[in-house]
Amino acid sequence: MQGSTIDPSKAELNYHHEAEVSEVSAHGVEHHDYRLLGVIVFLIAEGMIFLGLFTAYLTFRAVAPSWPPAGTPKLELLLPSINTVILIASSFVIHQADTAVKKDDVKGLRTWFGVTALMGAIFLCGQIYEYKHLEFGLTSNLFGSTFYVLTGFHGLHVCFGLLLMLGVLWRSLKPNHYSKEHHFGVEAAELYWHFVDVIWVLLFLLLYLL
Amino acid sequence: MTQAQLQETANIPAHGSEPKVTHWREYFGFSTDHKVIGIQYLVTTFIFYLIGGVLATAVRTELATPEVDFVSREVYNSLFTVHATIMIFLWIVPAGTGGFGNFLIPLLIGARDMAFPRLNAIAFWIIPPAGLLLLSSFLVGAPGAGWTSYPPLSTMSAGKAGEAIWIMSVLLLGTSSILAAVNFIVTIVKMRTPGMGYNQMPLFCWAMLSTSALALIATPVLAGALILLAFDLLAGTAFFNPTGGGDPIVYQHLFWFYSHPAVYIMILPFFGMISEILPVHARKPIFGYKAIAYSSLAISFLGLIVWAHHMFTSGTPAWLRMFFMITTMVIAVPTGIKVFSWLATIWGGKLRLNSAMLFAMGFVSMFVIGGISGVMVAAVPFDIHVHDTYFVVAHLHYVLFGGSVFGIYAGFYHWFPKMTGRMLNETWGKIHFAMMLVGFNITFMPMHKLGMEGMNRRIAEYDPKFATLNLICSVGAYLLALSTIPFIVNACWSWIAGPKAPDNPWQGLTLEWMTTSPPPVENFESDPVLATGPYDYGMGSRATQVDVPFSDARDPALSAGPSSALRAEPDPAVAVHPDDRQGESHNR
Repeated sequence: MQGSTIDPSKAELNYHHEAEVSEVSAHGVEHHDYRLLGVIVFLIAEGMIFLGLFTAYLTFRAVAPSWPPAGTPKLELLLPSINTVILIASSFVIHQADTAVKKDDVKGLRTWFGVTALMGAIFLCGQIYEYKHLEFGLTSNLFGSTFYVLTGFHGLHVCFGLLLMLGVLWRSLKPNHYSKEHHFGVEAAELYWHFVDVIWVLLFLLLYLL
Repeated sequence: MTQAQLQETANIPAHGSEPKVTHWREYFGFSTDHKVIGIQYLVTTFIFYLIGGVLATAVRTELATPEVDFVSREVYNSLFTVHATIMIFLWIVPAGTGGFGNFLIPLLIGARDMAFPRLNAIAFWIIPPAGLLLLSSFLVGAPGAGWTSYPPLSTMSAGKAGEAIWIMSVLLLGTSSILAAVNFIVTIVKMRTPGMGYNQMPLFCWAMLSTSALALIATPVLAGALILLAFDLLAGTAFFNPTGGGDPIVYQHLFWFYSHPAVYIMILPFFGMISEILPVHARKPIFGYKAIAYSSLAISFLGLIVWAHHMFTSGTPAWLRMFFMITTMVIAVPTGIKVFSWLATIWGGKLRLNSAMLFAMGFVSMFVIGGISGVMVAAVPFDIHVHDTYFVVAHLHYVLFGGSVFGIYAGFYHWFPKMTGRMLNETWGKIHFAMMLVGFNITFMPMHKLGMEGMNRRIAEYDPKFATLNLICSVGAYLLALSTIPFIVNACWSWIAGPKAPDNPWQGLTLEWMTTSPPPVENFESDPVLATGPYDYGMGSRATQVDVPFSDARDPALSAGPSSALRAEPDPAVAVHPDDRQGESHNR
């Protein structure tokens, strides 16, 4: 088993063979731990993109004589509020999936992930519906530009989160892929989803409420 | 004590079967081995360096005379824009972090590979297409707004396609840089060999940790700026266009929030490499290990809060300029700590003046000149005087060419035997060094004077009174370009037919020298055990029995391990402080 402990592609094999896991050195035992650190570090980078965009938005807003610029139609609050509630709720739902897999309940994992993915899809549909009915476009004025770029970029992240969840769902169909000890994919998808959620709450505050 | 004796006393088998060696064909395909990827990075980026060098030579050819005679103004703009973009994003950054970082980090910390080998391969394979994409812009009208790509210049209709390609290519390269940074952070934090605490890490690891933190925090902000710029360019938004309510200064802030730290991304890895190379060839312990290690972190932190010193002339309010002036000057403190530590390291050492050491010392001296002109331009009044002149060009080339490129070559000469299993020819190496040092100074030293007398940068045509100095610069540039030839010949010839390199040609003490040259596929047979500190050179007077905690009872994984624990064979003159190493097996 020497050496196959570092390469995650091979380490994947170790996941499902306890005997081999005990054989690996101090390096290999930690792989679960280090992959999660990788996700967290990556999310810091993602957060910095949004931070840069938020800073740009706030600067434009601070410099502008009036905000939103005169003539911008008022934003409807009802639909995005419902969307926000759905997204926040989905964060609790996806946590149930994590709790389930920690009890070796793969069926529960599938159910909760399915529900979360459904909620994410509803959110996206809501966003598309909103885009279609807004009375300003990307190039109408600076508010429109920032609005579409920020929400659109977040929407892209929701799509990616959905892809992650579908990936986990597909893998969970394989027998014994996820278990009490080995469910890195679940945790990574959950972390990513919480991240997307937090960004949305900030966006909602900035663009709609403040 | 020899390796054989060590193994005998510890009753462990020697390397069992022949170690698996990397096949040469792997270097031309997709591989997840960090050593292959590291060399792929180095070779690829070196090719881009040659392309960027050709562009630079074309720029200097144009500037040899005051008139516009060699290329048109538009082509001239494209030449220096693409030259700068290539040198920054396709040479120094990826060669320092991706190339040397990938090759060395797992070896230095005693790991078998990076934390995420496939991610590592992805990060590398983004680079060649992104580079070709950038070069392809010459077919449709290359970008001409400088590597800063300031709007509104960059969003004006001319050269739209080239600008779009520039944005796309830089975004790709930034992605690669972020992915690599994630990998480095996790590798260094989680995969050090048992017994290697943070304060036993070789200094290059500290440098890479600081670099990666910078890349991780700063690069995404550039991505954000470029996304907005792309919308301005292609979708008709007005983020940076004042007529639509936007503000071009916001772009400058976002851009420099990355691009100032980027200069530390470009120099910190080489600070680390120099800290590795100097003690080996001076045969002395590094002076002030902790000072060098923590000053890297200090530089990263300070590097993130000084960006607006590039914008002293952009209408920045006076109080803000003062803040950025002071923080910028404060960076000279940790940098000075490093320089003085290096000087103290070679002070009184038994110097071996081979090519690697010459380049390392060239790095220190040239970097100091660049650092001093850096403190000068940090002062607001002086900066306003020399803003956008050749003084800035001279400053940045002393830091990035005299610093980073000398650093890259120092690393090449130092680790070439480890990478390829062959020795480089020292005579050719010294010719290369002499030509490069002389050519470099002839090229860039006169630019200080040109700048102070007011010659603007980024112009193809200038006042005839600057003609003499410019001609000198151009002649120097040709010498500089020629200096690459001895290196290429030497590297190619030695790689194919050079004398076989021993495992540890420089008698280094860091872990990469404890395995074969080139290292086998998984670097070490099992986790290496630290027998000495990374820099315990010539500490003969403290000689005691080498007593390695080989079967550490506290670590079942180690004592139960079926195979040999490879360990550092100490320099005959080196001793280990028994209490230096033993208690630290598990402080992570």
